[in-house]
Amino acid sequence: MDFPVELLINALIAGILLGGFYAAVTVGISISFGILDIVNIAHPAFIILGSYIAYILNQRLGLDPILVSILVLPFFYYLGSLVYQVYYLSFEKRGQEALRGLAFFFGLLFVTEVVLILVFGVDYRYVQAGYIDTTLRFSFLDLPMRMVVPFVISMILVLGLQLFLSKTFTGRAIMAVAQDQLALSLMAADPIRIKRIAFSISIATAAIAGALLIIIQPVEPSVGREYIGRVFAICVLGGMGSLPGTLIAALLLGIVESITSTFYGPSWAPAVAFGFLLITLAVRPSGILGR
Amino acid sequence: MRTWQFFLVSLVIALAGFMGARLLQNDYLFFAGYVVLQFIVLATAWNILGGYCGYVNFGSAAFFAMGAYTTVVMTKLPAFANRHFPEEIAALVGIPPIPVLILLGGVIAGLVGLGTGYLTLRLRGVFFAIATLALAVVLQTLIVNWDFVGGSRGAYVIRPATAPLFGINYIEYLFLVMLVLVVVALTTARAIERSRLGYGFATIRDDELAAEASGVPTLKLKLVATTLSGAFMGMAGAPFPYYIGFLEPSSAFGLAYAVNAIAMPMIGGTTSWVGPLLGAVLLGTLQQLATVTISSAVSLLLVGLLLVFFVIIAPNGLLGLWHDYFGRKHKTEDESKTAAVKTS
Repeated sequence: MDFPVELLINALIAGILLGGFYAAVTVGISISFGILDIVNIAHPAFIILGSYIAYILNQRLGLDPILVSILVLPFFYYLGSLVYQVYYLSFEKRGQEALRGLAFFFGLLFVTEVVLILVFGVDYRYVQAGYIDTTLRFSFLDLPMRMVVPFVISMILVLGLQLFLSKTFTGRAIMAVAQDQLALSLMAADPIRIKRIAFSISIATAAIAGALLIIIQPVEPSVGREYIGRVFAICVLGGMGSLPGTLIAALLLGIVESITSTFYGPSWAPAVAFGFLLITLAVRPSGILGR
Repeated sequence: MRTWQFFLVSLVIALAGFMGARLLQNDYLFFAGYVVLQFIVLATAWNILGGYCGYVNFGSAAFFAMGAYTTVVMTKLPAFANRHFPEEIAALVGIPPIPVLILLGGVIAGLVGLGTGYLTLRLRGVFFAIATLALAVVLQTLIVNWDFVGGSRGAYVIRPATAPLFGINYIEYLFLVMLVLVVVALTTARAIERSRLGYGFATIRDDELAAEASGVPTLKLKLVATTLSGAFMGMAGAPFPYYIGFLEPSSAFGLAYAVNAIAMPMIGGTTSWVGPLLGAVLLGTLQQLATVTISSAVSLLLVGLLLVFFVIIAPNGLLGLWHDYFGRKHKTEDESKTAAVKTS
């Protein structure tokens, strides 16, 4: 049998598009877990929340899901600062983040999921927009717009965040708080305020990632769990808090997953991320671009 | 009290409770009670690693499901042997009795715990927690793709018509088996607390670096804790297919087990074996009541909210509240002592 080259190229392209989307899902974790050392395992739940908000406004008002996600950014930002405030006062200040902080975020993840199930049920929900059903074709190459649009938005998001972190004062302060909190406070910047801003930004990215998710696939409340393994695998593999590393790792995982599901069947795809995570943890826990 | 005395006393109390429950002649009591007992074992198992060592396991459901699916495999073996082996060999293959299945489930889940621990426990504790979270997803993927145990369709496990013990029906038998397992788990947890092993675990929880520096073999101790904890979770899951009758991946790997296994010790109190017992009895009963009177989703929501509420408001659980309320004098003495140490 001839090796299906065309199939392979299609799988590769699909993997790159998928990986770009994974980068948008992971940047939030890269900021909260990678830079701030806050193990926010509830992040996927915020992403699903973003998906459902995009769904409601798309159904009721016919708004474009990406437009919705930009409109609700302030809301997610304040939600983030609220969560950080509770986390800081209850756990970080008391030095209890290891055990109880984790349990707190796990509780948040669970409560969000159950509330969404109670309100919306377990049916799959999807959004409607002009570009979702169209596909660009170049001879044998298929480029479905429902993958291309999230890829482009995601690239803009990652690039924008990288510029923000490396060029602006606040962004540099965020990078500094990861390295030496005491030194930052000696420079008259409040580390807690900087951390709160950074965490709020990380939650705000969940609004955009959520909208992208519901463009790519129909969403039900427990979908978020599949992403926990993926986002942490990407974050660790990318080197904890390095956005370029996150992007590379995301593309890598996207390609491997896409090839796995093309040649072995989609039901095996969730196992790929875990394999990635385990191998990374066992071989090189500091990741590709780790410090 | 010595460990064997504790074991005998709690066994007698448990059996007396069982006999008392039989007098009521109500099967529902055993159906609901079984779930509560199962959660006592799960919570105690979680606490061996989480409460004593301070390492969070989010994958309780995976270990539980490993036990349950070990049983499913064993119940499918005789039919498989009939099809593929000559008759003489096939005749030797039977379904083992439940206590043997529990041991098998414990061994398999313990090995899974050992493997996960070996790969991730050398790193910071957070990575172990994340790995257990992902472990649940991957093991579920494996089971879904494994046709022998029914794949995503699930598997029927036919409950025998009569119980192996004379005079009681099958649900009472399952309840009794789980009751004995509860006594074993509590005795083990209590024995660990008072042994060198338990002190080793406590040093890991309080300051791992200092423990390592003083010569505590931390990795070895952590692996012991992970294996023990995983094994008990598997044991709790092994009789489950017989209880439920029809096992499918999404019910065996349900997030409810993971949440309950964490919430119960956290709400009860993690430092002593009494905490998980207290938490499991209270939360388990509450959930049974809420499931019957309202709905199962609401009862899960209740658990999640209680977990968040307790870790914020009462970080040491009900036991901590109890000590704060009745042991204030004792505590202030302790505090003045530590203050004296700090100033000196």
